[in-house]
Amino acid sequence: MYEFLTGPMVWISFGFFIIGLIVRGVRYIKGLDWKLDRVTYNENISYGVKGALRSILFWIFPYGTRSWRKNPWFTLWVFTMHFGLLFTPIFLLGHNILLKEKWGISLWTLPESVADGLTVIVIVSVVFLILRRIALPEVRIITNWYDYLMLLIAVSPFITGFLAYHRVPDYYFWLMAHIICGHIFLIAIPFTKLSHFLLFFMTRAQIGMDYGIKRGGMKGKGMAW
Amino acid sequence: MPEGTLCNKIPVTTKEQLQALLADKSGKEYYQEMNELEVDRKALWGTIQKSLKSRTKTWLDICSHCGLCAESCFYYLANKRDPEQVPSYKIQKTLGEIIRRKGDVDNAFMQKSMDWAYSKCTCCTRCGVYCPFGIDTGIMFSYLRGLLYGQGFVPWEMKIGSGMHRIFRAQMDITSEDWVDTCEWMAEEYEEDWPGLEIPVDKNDADIIYTVNAREPKHYPEDIAEAAILFHVAGENWTVPSEGWEETSLAMFAGDWEACKLQVESVYDAMERLKPKRMVVTECGHAYRATVIEGPYWAGLKSGKTPIDSLHYVEWVAEALRTGKLKIDPAKKIKEPVTYQDSCNYIRNGGLADVAREIMSYIAEDFREMTPNREHNFCCGGGGGLNGIGRYREQRNIGMKIKRDQVLATGAKLVIAPCHNCWDAIRDMEEIYKIGIRWSFLKPLLINMIEVPEHLKPPEEPEE
Repeated sequence: MYEFLTGPMVWISFGFFIIGLIVRGVRYIKGLDWKLDRVTYNENISYGVKGALRSILFWIFPYGTRSWRKNPWFTLWVFTMHFGLLFTPIFLLGHNILLKEKWGISLWTLPESVADGLTVIVIVSVVFLILRRIALPEVRIITNWYDYLMLLIAVSPFITGFLAYHRVPDYYFWLMAHIICGHIFLIAIPFTKLSHFLLFFMTRAQIGMDYGIKRGGMKGKGMAW
Repeated sequence: MPEGTLCNKIPVTTKEQLQALLADKSGKEYYQEMNELEVDRKALWGTIQKSLKSRTKTWLDICSHCGLCAESCFYYLANKRDPEQVPSYKIQKTLGEIIRRKGDVDNAFMQKSMDWAYSKCTCCTRCGVYCPFGIDTGIMFSYLRGLLYGQGFVPWEMKIGSGMHRIFRAQMDITSEDWVDTCEWMAEEYEEDWPGLEIPVDKNDADIIYTVNAREPKHYPEDIAEAAILFHVAGENWTVPSEGWEETSLAMFAGDWEACKLQVESVYDAMERLKPKRMVVTECGHAYRATVIEGPYWAGLKSGKTPIDSLHYVEWVAEALRTGKLKIDPAKKIKEPVTYQDSCNYIRNGGLADVAREIMSYIAEDFREMTPNREHNFCCGGGGGLNGIGRYREQRNIGMKIKRDQVLATGAKLVIAPCHNCWDAIRDMEEIYKIGIRWSFLKPLLINMIEVPEHLKPPEEPEE
């Protein structure tokens, strides 16, 4: 079982993850329609690229936009969660040892204590985001089970990995749970709202092009995000 | 399929239809007929399948329900942070639901969608600026309005308005003759004070073609005279077209995309016919948005631009002040505290925030910004057609509280609002909340402030 999950299943999950995201990206771009969206994507490329880059860059940094600054705590938890979600699995020593064993390659790795800390930060961030969903009426009203499921899928590899790393009783169970949760996470990305892994960049670029080409980008200094 | 005689899926294209609608005071019968109007579910779903592409679909799909859009919405704030006013909630419960049900919705649902699309969103697009994914709920509500229009679920005034555009190529029943007569009348009326004042109609190859909002010839003809005086003093070579003079688009508010196309094409035709160098649009926000920003797309112009370079009035004023075509008498600058209403349509959606500030730097000694301002400013409360819809008067008046508080916080008693919708909304706001403010377009203020060259002044009366 362990052999399968750390062998062929890795190919399967990454296959779904990568091909799935490519399909979503291509479908998004192919579905853009200059006349219906009312944005001349192809005619005014330089304005479009400038608008898209501005739109992504301002938003990709914590507190880079008015909206992020207006919501300092939410911004903190969102960025710490995403930072941990992205970098912990890639630079984790354990994952890279596995990578070295299987494919003979390995990346730079995080000190184990740092990775451990990041894991805790992800879990804490998710807890705060869940509490926020429950506490704030304006968030509660739009929250449904799907939103909690997304948070669960994202955090479960971290909880199980944390337990496995700290060698709690039933180590093998938690290790297997961790691996399975990791696969679920990867496969879920292209098929669920987690597709914002890619589509965040797509929708940000689109609205950036809209503002950059049509809504003032050719006249003003560019949208003051 | 039950269709009312007044409330139905058929666009208004004849004067008879228009008369019948206008005779139905406040749309009483119209809204009664709406209760019986059947939803053509197949056609609704068909339209969605054809027009719902990846941009809007993705917006609806990936919304993380984070709620950052809540505080961006002036309706949410004005309604004591009512969670039902969160933009994400409003769009998911209307457009989102129609799509989830593949168009299988009933009359009550469509009426609710209409009420929400008009009285809970002015399509100001501020939420899109605060969403991490750039989800623009204002754009989606505008799309929803289009779906509702196609099914006949449109406020009475908007049905009339889009019909006016189809029949008169203007939002009001003003014919080409009425328009030209008004121009001639105004030129005569003001000629004594401004010798040589002209409103040239259909002049070929002018530097500027000037286009207006139909409310001006209908209700405020002096606005046209004021524009003429300022062009006259600035020494501009300008003209107005006898046809294609109307910039506004109630059809845009109604979601009647076909009428939108007809309307802007009338203006573009005037450009082709008279070959002016540039167009200047009067002090109206949605008119500029419709004809200059969105219009080229409705007309299928691949460049995304109007056939000739087009300027909002504030751009022309800023240019005239910058180049010295208009000079402000320093003694006549506005001394009292004054604030500026940033219109959603040409500031947030048109990039003209700096241009507005440039004008203020020339004309005001104590200019006070509202908070927030520029691209982040709140809607006046009357955008998206709301000023003109009786059914939602109460909701509009509640929404105005945000603008009221913004204005009060500046301490200014004078609000400059170079946008017909904002101007109207601020006027109504003063009527309702009585905060003791005045409001104005730029034109009358400028006329009182500019230095008039000697040769343009009326000859002095010989002393007796």
